[in-house]
Amino acid sequence: MGLLSIFMSAMIINNIFLIQFLGMSSYFKDSHKMESVINMSIVVVVMTVLAAVMIYPLNRFVLEPLGLSYMQLLVFMGVIAFAVFLFNLIIKRLPQYQSLKKLLPLIISNSAVLGIAFINIEASKSYIEAIVFALGSGLGYGLIIITFTAIRMRLESYQVPQAFKGLPIALITAGLMSLAFLGLVGLF
Amino acid sequence: MDKSIKHQNLDQNKDENSFMKTFTKGIFKENSIFVMALGLTPALAITSSFEGAFGMGMLVFIVLTLTNIIVSLLRNLIPNEIKMVVYLIVIATEVMILKMFIDAFLPALASKLGIYIALITVNMIILSRAETVASKNKVIPSILDGLGVSLGFLLSLSIIGFLRELIGTGKIVLGQILPLGFEVSLFDALGLSKYALGVFVQPPGAFFIVGLLFALFVSMKQKKEAK
Repeated sequence: MGLLSIFMSAMIINNIFLIQFLGMSSYFKDSHKMESVINMSIVVVVMTVLAAVMIYPLNRFVLEPLGLSYMQLLVFMGVIAFAVFLFNLIIKRLPQYQSLKKLLPLIISNSAVLGIAFINIEASKSYIEAIVFALGSGLGYGLIIITFTAIRMRLESYQVPQAFKGLPIALITAGLMSLAFLGLVGLF
Repeated sequence: MDKSIKHQNLDQNKDENSFMKTFTKGIFKENSIFVMALGLTPALAITSSFEGAFGMGMLVFIVLTLTNIIVSLLRNLIPNEIKMVVYLIVIATEVMILKMFIDAFLPALASKLGIYIALITVNMIILSRAETVASKNKVIPSILDGLGVSLGFLLSLSIIGFLRELIGTGKIVLGQILPLGFEVSLFDALGLSKYALGVFVQPPGAFFIVGLLFALFVSMKQKKEAK
């Protein structure tokens, strides 16, 4: 498989949000201002790539040869916590630091980051593939949550039945989006 | 944790003396999926079959109750600054041990649930219960709360899984994933398979079913308040 097809299938066909349902709670729990969603998607992309950069060699050259695969979960959680720490150091100088800092605790418990790490070690055969896959998955998540937030902002001004206001109509909208994405299976 | 959860905790402390209430409110009034909108990932991802959903519910049942017990026993020892990390380590350890048992004794369930077993670690329901209830209450109320909330989760997941499998395939297959010792498919005689809507066992159907059930829950709550 070429790198482009890995990237596209990670981003669109096996979309993290619509097909694999990862990172749902972290998204629905957060406020739905466009700015914070954009920040969140940037942080998720950076974190998944940072985590993949560290996790792939760690799993391949340390955990697997030593027969410690059952430790994966604890090790990955540690790596993600370390990546959050690193990211915190990197962004300290940025003017947006204050708004990004609030998102960091949410990232450790974001199932998208941990989930992508787990899918990645099963799917990828080389280091480059792992990084491309992580980048594609992270971008797919960001793309969908930004689009979805834009749709939800419009939905707020429409008259929907009382019981469907808020989350129920959002879930059904997500279902329609997911249906559209299912139609792309087989593209790559 | 966000404001809504903290607010709910204040309400809990008020009626803490009544054990039965602590237990039952997790099932309906504070249902984790349909009221608090937590734990949507497992509710959507592995509910394509009734058995898988039930298995996941049972795993969360075990982990949530255990976490509530451990956290509430350790509540005076955990420093406030790193409590989130401590909770995650406790939960991750439990999930790791549980995963080894499942891999060994229930291989069909392990392959059905896949990475979602590991993702129990970052399940918001467990984290928020540890944070808002177990870290502030004694062991017995924490256990009751854990049992109630996880029973509510198990029931919701089973209902979603039941509806999805019934609409999506026209029957309910038992005994394929869980080791029941027998294999039956229910509702076969009704002949629903002809009219099955395959989309409901695929990802979009999860969103539709959960969205509709959510709306049902909201409207029931509104009716109750109107009375």
